[in-house]
Amino acid sequence: MKRSVELKNHLREIFHFRLRLAVGFAFALTLLLIVLLRLVYLQTVRHNYYQTLAESNRISIVPIVPGRGLIVDRNGIEMAHNYSGYTLEITPSKVMDLDVTLNSLGELISITAKDKKRFKKLMAENHDLGSVMIRNRLSDEEVARFAAQQYRFAGVEIKARLLRDYPYGDKAAHLLGFIGRINENDVAQLEEKELDGNYRGSDYIGKTGLEQSYETELHGVAGIEQVEVDSAGRAVRLLSRTAPVSGNTLVLSIDAKLQEIAEQAFGDYRGALVAIDPANGEVLAFVSRPGFDPTLFIDGIDAQSWEELNTSPDHPLINRALRGQYPSGSTIKPFMALAGLNYGTRNPARTISDPGYFTLPGSSHQYRDWKAGGHGTVDLFKSIVVSCDTYYYGLATEMGIDNIFNFLSRFGFGKKTGIDLQDESSGLLPSAAWKMKRYKQIWYPGDTVSVGIGQGYSLVTPLQLAAATATIANNGVAHIPHLVKEIRSAGSNAARLVNNDVGVDLKLNPEHLSLVQSAMAAVTQPGGTAVAASAGAPYHIAGKTGTAQVVAMKQGEKYDASKIDERHRDHAWFMAFAPAEQPKIAIVVLAENGGHGGGTAAPIARKVFDYYLLGKLPTPLKAPLEEKEGAHD
Amino acid sequence: MTKRQMWLRFTAHLDGQLSLGVGLLLLTSLLILFSASDGNWARVGGQTLNILVAFTGLWVVANLPLHYLMRTALPIYALGMVLLVGVALFGDISHGARRWLNLGVATIQPSELMKIGVPLMMAWYFEKHEATLTWKNYLMATCLLIVPVGLIARQPDLGTALLITASGFYVLFLAGLSWRIIGGLFVAALASAPLLWTTLHDYQKHRIEMLFDPSQDALGKGYHTIQGMIAVGSGGIVGKGYMDGTQTHLDFLPERTTDFIFAVYSEEFGLIGNVILLAMYGFVIYRGFTITAGASTYFTRLMAGSITLTFATYAFVNMGMVSGILPVVGVPLPLISYGGTSMVTLLLGFGMLMSIETHQKLNKS
Repeated sequence: MKRSVELKNHLREIFHFRLRLAVGFAFALTLLLIVLLRLVYLQTVRHNYYQTLAESNRISIVPIVPGRGLIVDRNGIEMAHNYSGYTLEITPSKVMDLDVTLNSLGELISITAKDKKRFKKLMAENHDLGSVMIRNRLSDEEVARFAAQQYRFAGVEIKARLLRDYPYGDKAAHLLGFIGRINENDVAQLEEKELDGNYRGSDYIGKTGLEQSYETELHGVAGIEQVEVDSAGRAVRLLSRTAPVSGNTLVLSIDAKLQEIAEQAFGDYRGALVAIDPANGEVLAFVSRPGFDPTLFIDGIDAQSWEELNTSPDHPLINRALRGQYPSGSTIKPFMALAGLNYGTRNPARTISDPGYFTLPGSSHQYRDWKAGGHGTVDLFKSIVVSCDTYYYGLATEMGIDNIFNFLSRFGFGKKTGIDLQDESSGLLPSAAWKMKRYKQIWYPGDTVSVGIGQGYSLVTPLQLAAATATIANNGVAHIPHLVKEIRSAGSNAARLVNNDVGVDLKLNPEHLSLVQSAMAAVTQPGGTAVAASAGAPYHIAGKTGTAQVVAMKQGEKYDASKIDERHRDHAWFMAFAPAEQPKIAIVVLAENGGHGGGTAAPIARKVFDYYLLGKLPTPLKAPLEEKEGAHD
Repeated sequence: MTKRQMWLRFTAHLDGQLSLGVGLLLLTSLLILFSASDGNWARVGGQTLNILVAFTGLWVVANLPLHYLMRTALPIYALGMVLLVGVALFGDISHGARRWLNLGVATIQPSELMKIGVPLMMAWYFEKHEATLTWKNYLMATCLLIVPVGLIARQPDLGTALLITASGFYVLFLAGLSWRIIGGLFVAALASAPLLWTTLHDYQKHRIEMLFDPSQDALGKGYHTIQGMIAVGSGGIVGKGYMDGTQTHLDFLPERTTDFIFAVYSEEFGLIGNVILLAMYGFVIYRGFTITAGASTYFTRLMAGSITLTFATYAFVNMGMVSGILPVVGVPLPLISYGGTSMVTLLLGFGMLMSIETHQKLNKS
């Protein structure tokens, strides 16, 4: 009995256990089924999604930076080119202790405080976790020394890069400009123009000068490499490659040698020179002094150099040819003469008697001529040769500001010339409407008097004046000045002309033009204001000197250069073209605080003429010329 | 003895079906390890050695009569507890967890021992009190479970703690724990989840958070899960082919010879391979259940059932974590992942199953 109960209990127990075991088995199967369903979902429904993710894990698109286009002068001389150089770069994420690494690197390769500062700056800008440059322009010896010790420096490597070089250094800095590291501003602009794709991988972009204005031509088209990478980003194998297309070559109208001579001709003077081929507007030399070393900017300028450049009283970073705005002084007179002839205010034969000053009717205020006592009897021809102020005071007053404005506008004063550089200044050609808008004042007759000799409100840039000079030289046909002659594609060498400007004929009376031209030619002859500049030249120079006042003279005060602080001395102008009979080159020189145009500016122009017309190299320049006492225009 | 006799003697206590299932899985392990280690023979050789050592343990255990097996329960459990306390006091810290005990000659992980020790002890305890089971016995058995699990969870080693909890729970369940209590425990577990959350370590919380949204830290903690799911998903139906998994061979998969080896397998062999793998697991589990069903004593039934269910749980947790339905808890794929300790533990378990099966047969005959 008891045994049967036990047996029964035992069977019941077995039954209960087997029931539980069945539940357990069902549970285990359910677990496997859950996994199976999950796998079916991942590997069928979601397969494409994960396939894409796996591919993007695996395949990395690596942009190949195209070689930047060259800049060559009209004769094919390279003014900006690339050389393959070695840089030492650090990937911060792979370096345990940066300071220790930098110190031990310093024992191997010279790393200056400037290098370190730049490195810190670049590191702060480095968002893509890539490598950051610590040194550029490594010498072969340094490369070898590091290569032998590389095992000690995880995360430090030498990279071969195409580096930009400007063989003319500070002698073409304002013309060529420079490239620099792409900053957030540049990125925003590239995104706006939808060019950012082409700049993936690019580190540099043109910042100023031609490098900036022809950026799209110079940059080229980035290539693409599809590489298989592992999780550390190391390339395992190349899947496909689209070669980059190098940037186009800019062929300038600049004559590099002429440019160099022009730069040197300035000596220690600050100023600007623009030389133009009058027949087509090609700029032959484009100088702004002082220059600066453009390579300083390529990888971000260090704070100290920046401070020096920025606070220098010489303002080397200002492009004076393009952006410097100065009173034109007497260089405006040939244009005023043409205006007077054009409106019939003056005829060639009419003379005035110059007492050495001018007064407006009903006023006692004396507008003085630069020459005390005056020039005596003066006609239009003589007014240019001797630069008679009194003649132009009267002429301007009679002609009126409206006529002056309209006529000078045609020569491009008060407007950007449209040269192929950015950020050009437009100068200032005043008018009654302008004055009302700017100063809420009416135009006074006295304002016109000053404008007559290029003082007062009027301002010009050296480039503007050069373009206008070229227009006179080219018998009244104006061209837009340009620096790039043609663009050649790197691969095919096919040339493309940039400028198809046929010129704008200002429709000036040929007789008026030839009268002014011959008066300008007489300026460099005995009796003219720039006679010294043409001494011994086997060709004729037609020119006009000018002096731009830096500080205003009080009534009755005499200008005495020796008593004035150097930086308050007058700016010296010289505008000229040669040969006078058949002009091949027009030049404008501005020498800041140079005093007399004939004494300082004209000799600079002479050296440029000599080289361009005769192939003659200048003799070494002497120390800055001293103005002769009393010499003025 | 002839060779045949020797063979018969050798295999006398080995179960044929179980050996077949386990053997296939072990071969799969060597095959996929070779790919996961980028063709590293040393890794395959190491795993072969692990298997040989573990198999020796299996053979010895399989040949032990059942009463010996029972007798080992108390010493193993006691040793395990001593070692766990030792770890808590003197253990080495590695990766922020105190799991290893350096005995001078070898570093051991006592929690592994408890994977066998805890269910063994509980089964032995129930066997002792089989005739007079009351709720007090269940409570006592639960204590036998909770104390070591608590020590292991404190190390912290959440994965092992959960697996041991599961194995102990299976013993309780098979020992006839009332459904009402099971239901009550389930409700209590759900209710205490928020409380439990506050006791978790930050990295444990993180792993659980990652499960729900791995992308929130794709390069950090979520990286494992995301790369695992990419490997599995991109494998598709037929897989990328042996040795051709890009996630594996381009180094995107972390821990690919150990915890994430299933991702390697899935990527290279696809859904078809996975179905075969699940079938192999299913077969081993099925055989475990038939052995359990035929077990003659209370102790052997509980032990065999717990081993089988724990093995199924083991596989589920690993595959679930790699395929992104469970948090990454650091549980290897049983019989496949590289590693000696888990291999030994697992094969010892299968040795017990074989012992249970074969000694009964001998008893019957």
